[in-house]
This record gives sequence, structure tokens and C-alpha cells, in this order.
Amino acid sequence: MAVVTPAAPAATEEDKELLISGSEAVAESLTLADIDVVTAYPIRPYDTVMQAIAKKISGGQLVAEYIVAEGEHSQFEIVKHASTVGARVFCGSSGVGWMYAMECLVVTPPLRVPMVALVGNRALDDPGAFGVEHNDALVVRDVGWLLCWIDTSQEALDTTLIAYRVAEDRRVFLPLAISADGAFLTHSQALTMVPPKSKVDRFLPRYDRGDLQLHPDNPITVAPQANEDWVIEIRRQNNEAMGRAVTVIEEAYADFRRVFGRGPENPWFEEYMSDDADVILVGMGTISLPIKVAIRELRAKGKKVGLVRLRWFRPFPTEKLVAALSKAKAVGIIDRNYSFGSPFGSGVVANEIRAALYNADRRPPLLSFICGLGGREVTLEDVYKAVDLCYAAAAAGKSDAKTHWLGVRE
Amino acid sequence: MAETTTFSNATQILEPFRGVKRVTIEEYFTSGHRTCQGCESALVMKLMVKASGPRTIVLGSTGCMYVANTTYYTTPWVVPWMHTQLGSSGSAALGTAAGLKALMKKGKMKSEPINVIAFCGDGGGADMGLGAISATLTHKEYNSLILLYDNESYANTDIQLSGMTPYGANTTFSPPGKVKRLIHTRWKKNMAGMLAAGHPECRYVATVCASYAVEMMNKVRRALTIGGPTFIHSLDPCPKGWDYDPMLSHELGELAIETGIFPLYEVEDGQVKYYGKTKAIVEGRPRKPVREYLLKQGRFAHFIEEDLAYFQAKVDEMWNKWEIPAVVPFRRLDASKEALSAK
Repeated sequence: MAVVTPAAPAATEEDKELLISGSEAVAESLTLADIDVVTAYPIRPYDTVMQAIAKKISGGQLVAEYIVAEGEHSQFEIVKHASTVGARVFCGSSGVGWMYAMECLVVTPPLRVPMVALVGNRALDDPGAFGVEHNDALVVRDVGWLLCWIDTSQEALDTTLIAYRVAEDRRVFLPLAISADGAFLTHSQALTMVPPKSKVDRFLPRYDRGDLQLHPDNPITVAPQANEDWVIEIRRQNNEAMGRAVTVIEEAYADFRRVFGRGPENPWFEEYMSDDADVILVGMGTISLPIKVAIRELRAKGKKVGLVRLRWFRPFPTEKLVAALSKAKAVGIIDRNYSFGSPFGSGVVANEIRAALYNADRRPPLLSFICGLGGREVTLEDVYKAVDLCYAAAAAGKSDAKTHWLGVRE
Repeated sequence: MAETTTFSNATQILEPFRGVKRVTIEEYFTSGHRTCQGCESALVMKLMVKASGPRTIVLGSTGCMYVANTTYYTTPWVVPWMHTQLGSSGSAALGTAAGLKALMKKGKMKSEPINVIAFCGDGGGADMGLGAISATLTHKEYNSLILLYDNESYANTDIQLSGMTPYGANTTFSPPGKVKRLIHTRWKKNMAGMLAAGHPECRYVATVCASYAVEMMNKVRRALTIGGPTFIHSLDPCPKGWDYDPMLSHELGELAIETGIFPLYEVEDGQVKYYGKTKAIVEGRPRKPVREYLLKQGRFAHFIEEDLAYFQAKVDEMWNKWEIPAVVPFRRLDASKEALSAK
């Protein structure tokens, strides 16, 4: 695997280079993907994408039914139903807004509705806070949503196109949430390559609902009451679709690279100087920035530290991640979320990776950190402290089996 | 991406049935359900899609007409049907209509008028789903009908009271006891009147009762023909929830109207039009006493004279004091001044 994600190639004749935010990058992709129905409801920070789409519609670049709903519950139900008649749909939310839609979020996977949603990660109330935490998106981790985290505007744009390709693949037909750190990504601008429609059309086929389309020409009954007679079989079908998503995701990234000439070889996670690292830190989203800066500083001092930035959380890349992490002398997981009362009081990612490593032949000491909650800045000092603890565990050959909160007032 | 020129937002033109002998023979809600004996709501489903015809998509929110109708591997629905969440009938109608419109407008689906009907019970519609129904009734560019089948309780889950359960009724959440005879003392929401008054661009709101089947079907046909979002409130006697002999469903529907408890009317483009026996009441026919209706039902068996008198007085108020009798409960300022000076 590559040490550094290859930089985006220089602008070709066809690509446009724009200075846009993560939310605006998603809106560029939605326009290129020619979405049919989109529903909006205001909550920071995700709603910047809806503002961007509204401009695309009023400007005539996108023809779609643009519906401002009266709450997130309706927001997600409207696109769910639009998708069942064959429309390509988009939706999204943040924080407690995502929670308000929760009933609708749990019904979309068993209905096999391939909606794509943007979660602008935000701390849950109370207290009210706009800053990033990953707990909002993570609540759907068990119910059949495909779930990924992005880091840059370019990744926002690319992943949105990939999202439709994966979710709408008949082998999958599951909803997909793209998680973007609130403010750090939704609102931060970066130079982004925007491909022409012709390339997108080569990559992304039309959404075909097939024999599941609700239409008078196909008079099916969808989601009758099942109870103990059939529910477990339906759950099993969902699970198998999630399993098939692994292949579909790998195909989609390979095809993306072929058509667009960029994108990672490894869809599942970015490996930054982790090949030869003694200590590997793991995180999701924009936390990669302070970690990468710290790693470069530490490397200059001779400390072999690397980063694995997890992109896909569902499906979880168990084997690949184990292979990448088990060669380290210590692994430090930095969670931007909490899971009160969980094993070791760790965050969600740390406990998932603990579980993934349990059957591994080689299990490096694993340290768990919680950092940056509520949008608190993750500082270089936080990272240095985590690395120091990891080195101590590597020397001792075992983990302290604790969860360290970094950058918190004691 | 361009809009196709062939797209039209037109609806199907469904002329009213002129008498029961002219009603089409085809059924789109047939065997395969397991509703209770005497279930009026099952009849409402059958008449609803008989009226709408085959080019229809039906969305059903959770409730009796979901759980009792559609059991996995069986279905009574000949037209396409899909479940939606308890509070989602409004969103289901809107989303389905928007999906069809987008696909037809963009040339991704053959353009034709397809009826979209979402139904809900009184719990799903008047309690949990009120906000979504209200929102949908403001989206005038999407053609859909929301039909509320009102059996006056959460009848599927064990007869719990809803915001539409009549004053004083015995439900599993309002059992009469030795100390408290009446647990449920809220007056029922005025659903159709509220929605008609609150959504000035909704072109059609009606109340129906399947005891008058042809008129009921014609209201459905009018709602689907007129276009935009529309709403119909159907009162459905429920043998299980109301506690009466199943053979009396039809008669109880008639009594609800003859006593003036449930008025039959339609509001088309803001104009109120009473019909059937309600029209006769407006024109002077005396209302039957409410006790004739209430005492036929076990859910009111604990009522004493005082309760019957209270119920009668509230219904009298609907007819004698409301600005638009039994539809809109406002009173004019001069009338209220008179009322004050009379004291």
C-alpha cells in the first residue's frame, strides 16, 4: 500500500479546479449525479450542502424536486418514498436532527432504499453545541447503513459519486451515510477538481429500482407485517447485502481511478507513513491534519510514527485493518466520540478495533484515547502525549487497558 | 437534465359514479386480509381503491389497515402498496408524488397521471402524523390524497385512546374506575375543519362515512381529480374498539351522522358544502339525541345521565354556536359581545 495518498493530478482540459467547501463539493457531485429528489431541513453544519443545492436549482444547473420538509423525520421519509418509485435521492442532517429522523433511518436498510445522506458531524444536545463529535452518525452502525468518513473537499466530491455507485448497485441496495466533520470540513474551502459530466456518466449508471420499483406496472406490496415467521431471514438478507458491499466498494474505487485518474488504491483507509511505523495512530475524518503534522515533526526526531485514517466504518474492513495494524509495536486509537459504560470506557472505534484484533495472530498493545469532543481543537501536544503513551506500552509489551481523555480540563 | 416538454401535472379525470349500479365491478382490495368481522375500515380501503382505479399507488401507515391487511406472503392489494411509518402518511404521499413527478419531468419515466393515496389511522394521522400531513397540504404542486380512517382509538395495539377518541370513552388507557368514572375528558379534534381552515391552498377536504358508500367513493374521486394535496376524513365504526355487535357497523355510521356528532361535508376551494343527512340537518331536520348513538356502544356503558347531558351540550354547541356549524368553531366578535352582555 502507498505510504502517502497520491496527490490529485493537475487539472486536465476537462476538469475544473474550484475553491469550495466540503459541503459545496458534495453539491457539485449531486449536480453531476443528476439527483431527482432532495429534501432539506435546517441544522448546522450539514445544511450548507442544502444551501449549495438550492443555488444549483435556482441557477438551473440541476433539475430536481427540492422540498423543504417540516422536520428531519419527514425529510428522510419523503426521500425514502421517492426512492421506491425510482428516483435518485439525497438527504442529510447533523447531531440531534439525525436523531429526530432515527425511525426513518432504521427502516431504510430493510426496505433496501439506496438513499445517500450527508451527516455533518455535530455534538448531540444537551448542552447545545455546533462542534464535531462522531456519535450522531455512529448510531446507525448496527442497522444496515453503509457508513464512511471523509477528510477533504476532494474526498467529499469523489466519495459522493462513489456513494451512489455503491448504494444503488443491485447487489447492495442499502442506504449510505457520508460523514463529514462539522465546520472543519463542511465549511472549510480547499481547491477541488470537479470532473465533467461526461466522465461521471461513464462511472455512474442510472438508478434502476428494477423489480422493487413501486409503480402501477409493477404492483408489488412492500414491507408487509412479518413477525416471527420471516424477520430473521430478512435480517440475514440485509447482512448478506452488507457483505456484498465489500466487493462492490472495491470495484467502484478501481473504476473511479480508471475513469477519473485519481483516488486511493485502498478504499478502506488511508495509510500515512504507517508501513514502517512502530506506533500507529488511528482516527477518522479531519483529525488527520494535526496527526499528520505531529507525525512529520516526530519523524524528524527519529520516531517512527504513522497514521491509519479509517474511511469506511460499515462495512468494517476487519482483515485489512488487522493486517495493517498488527505489525506495529503499539496502536493508539483516537476516538472523536464516546460510548459511556462501554468496555474500558473506550470510544466506539477503539472497541471495534479491539474486537477485530482479538483473533489476530499478533496483537500489538492497543491504547484508547478520546479527544476533540464538541469540536475542541486537537493539538499537537495531544498527539505527542498519545504517542508517548503508545511508546511506553510498546516498551512494556502491553496496554494499560485504560481510556485516556486528551486535552480535557481536569 | 432539461425538463421534457411532454410532462404535465394533470390528474386522472374521475367522474362521479351516478348511483350504485354504475360503480365499476373491478376490485383492487380483495381477499387476503384478516380484519375483524364488521370492520368498517376494511370497507373504506376497498371503496377507496375501487374509486381510484388501477393506476394508483397506495401508501399505508402503521395501524390496523397495515397489520391486519398485509401479512408477509399475503396481500389484499391489487394495486402497488407500501408501508410507511406511523406518523408518515403525509411524507409518504409527498415523497411518492415528488419521485414520480421528478422522473416524469426529466423523461426518466413515461409521463402519465398516477394517483397517490396515503392512508393513516386516527393515531397516525391526527396525533403523530399531523405535522407531516399539514406540510404536505401546503405543497400544491404534488398531487396526492391523504385519507384518514378514524376508528377513534389505537385499535390495532389494544384500543388505546387517541386525540380522536370521543369524550369519556372506555379504552385500555382510560378504563372507568370506582374513583374516576371518566379518565379521558378531552374533546375530539376537529380534524377536517382544522386542515381545511389551516391550508388555504389545499383545494379539497371532505368528511365521509362508508355507510354512504357511493358518496364516499365520489369524494375520493373528486379529491384525486381536483389535483394538489387533498384530505379526506372517514369515520369508521369499529366493533372491537367501540364494543358493539359487528352487524351494527353500518347503522352506527348512520347514527353518528344523524345525531350530528360527525358531519358530512366537503370544502372545495374554500366553499363548504354539506351533503347527505348532514345537509338535511342544516336545512332543519332535527338531530337525533346523542344517547341513541352512545348507548349502543359498550365503550360508553359507564356513562351516567350527567355524561350524556354534557356530550349532548357539546354537540349542540357545534351546531348552534360555531360560525360554520359543525365545521369551524370560530364565533364572530359581535356574537361574542352579545353573549357577554347577556350574562
